[in-house]
Amino acid sequence: MAAPTTSPSLPPALADAVRDDASLRRFLHGLPGVDQVGVEQRAAGLGTRSIKKASKMWAIDTAISMVDLTTLEGADTHGKVRSLAAKARRPDPERPDVPKVAAVCVYPDMVETAVKELEGTGINIASVATAFPSGRSSLKVKLEDTAYAVDAGATEIDMVIDRGAFLSGRYGQVFDEIVQVKHACGDAHLKVILETGELATYDNVRRASWLGLLAGGDFIKTSTGKVSPAATLPVTHVMLQAVRDWHTQTGEHRGVKPAGGIRTTKDAIKYLVAVHEVAGPEWLTADLFRFGASTLLNDLLMQRRTQLEGHYSGPDYVTVD
Amino acid sequence: MSDRISVAKTYKLYIGGAFPRSESGRSYPVVDAKGAFLANAAQGSRKDARDAVAAARKAFPGWSGATAYNRGQVLYRVAEVLEGRREQFITEVAASEGVAVKKAQSLVDAAIDRWVWYAGWTDKVATVLGGANPVAGPYFSFSLPEPTGVVAVLAPQQSSLLGLISVVAPVIATGNTAVVVSSQDRPLPAVTLSEVLATSDLPGGVVNVLTGRTAEIAPWLASHADVNALDLTGAPESTRADLERSAAGTVKRVLRARPSEDFTREPDLARLRAFLETKTVWHPMGV
Repeated sequence: MAAPTTSPSLPPALADAVRDDASLRRFLHGLPGVDQVGVEQRAAGLGTRSIKKASKMWAIDTAISMVDLTTLEGADTHGKVRSLAAKARRPDPERPDVPKVAAVCVYPDMVETAVKELEGTGINIASVATAFPSGRSSLKVKLEDTAYAVDAGATEIDMVIDRGAFLSGRYGQVFDEIVQVKHACGDAHLKVILETGELATYDNVRRASWLGLLAGGDFIKTSTGKVSPAATLPVTHVMLQAVRDWHTQTGEHRGVKPAGGIRTTKDAIKYLVAVHEVAGPEWLTADLFRFGASTLLNDLLMQRRTQLEGHYSGPDYVTVD
Repeated sequence: MSDRISVAKTYKLYIGGAFPRSESGRSYPVVDAKGAFLANAAQGSRKDARDAVAAARKAFPGWSGATAYNRGQVLYRVAEVLEGRREQFITEVAASEGVAVKKAQSLVDAAIDRWVWYAGWTDKVATVLGGANPVAGPYFSFSLPEPTGVVAVLAPQQSSLLGLISVVAPVIATGNTAVVVSSQDRPLPAVTLSEVLATSDLPGGVVNVLTGRTAEIAPWLASHADVNALDLTGAPESTRADLERSAAGTVKRVLRARPSEDFTREPDLARLRAFLETKTVWHPMGV
């Protein structure tokens, strides 16, 4: 097994876990099981918190600043990426006080266009790589794919794990792949997409989360957005627990990114509550929590207007993606 | 079994083809003309209005895009189901408006006939209100009436069924979708109408019925940026100016209430025309 490139000084327990295939398996299967009923109930319970007025305004602005504005369609054009970049710079043109989004997320061949549009704005350019969304290709192609995106100027790479290998128990292979992609990323941040919709159980989600963290992923991300179910609250809870435990054991902060299926402000606020309660308030920043979304931003902007103007807004008053 | 206790109903709202309780959890007792208890109706809140507008917006592309013929067929089907509920409507109209059964019968019959009358207009309105325009140039120019969008309808307070149908049918006949705030004190015929609509072929969300206090819900609909037009017929006199003012904030089409409108009179095209936009196309002719 290749050595992880980050975390040179892992605590002994974790260093031991990544020593070889067998110990990695022992470690992952030794993780405590997830109480399914408990986590779902807690997620539902926290979802009922009422966030109003000033807190709601704060939540909306925070959520906007955490959005990875995404377009991952076969029909993407350079023009669409340019307009997306314009929206990322200034989400609501009539209200310049709206914060910028965290990043724009595109396919590797669109990175160049996005870089040109976003130079000097401080907005990150994320690119999916490694044979997104299925991850079904050779390691060589995946590394090339990553290098292509990084060379084009991507500052964040969203990789998919090989779910087939993970589900058939070849954890070492998945681990090696992440480590090598991380190496190919260089300075770029790596987000590891677990595709929780295909992992079937919360136990698997917990194992995949730890696998991603051990291998050096800066973020763990729920899904590609191409598989249903995409991000759900309980799954995000499990992943937030993993990054919190990682922090307790190593002192490092790693991030979480739910993606896909988060369309309304109400949903976004539920996620923020979960971040605050499960991981902790220091995770409430775009460096450690992101939303992978395209339609969510419009709803956030409409809700923001509703708060400020005192009447309901409509989709005619925000830009169409 | 004369001492049987009748089952008192607690009705719900009609939003997006479903019957949800009010988000606020409130309901209010509905009494007949003499003050006797009839049923409980849901007391809709601003958030119910918001949900209803979202449902109406969602239903709009499908309903406005349906062929006029198809819309007509759907509305005829609604008339069939209305006819099947005739007895129930007569009882409710008689109780809530305090009229004799004979009078209630004629009101219900007139209401069903009115619905059929508007159903017939779906595929005729384009030829009557649109047409080819004579122009001095090598163009073919024609005008088409198109639906305005989501229409908030404040249903008449007095005429609980005939008035309701007279304001709702023309709105949806032309392809608009509607958020209807029923008569505040006489909501039962509106609730039954929503049960009729739910069991006919009308797609969910085309008509959404809110019961509750008109004065509470109306301002939220008037100021809502995703509502395109507002029918003030049932608005309390004192609130009309304010409603019109806030409707102007998002440039809504507003239909003003006529003073003491008599719904038993034969209708004209005014209500059909009220929520239509005219699209004119200039088409260059080939040589």
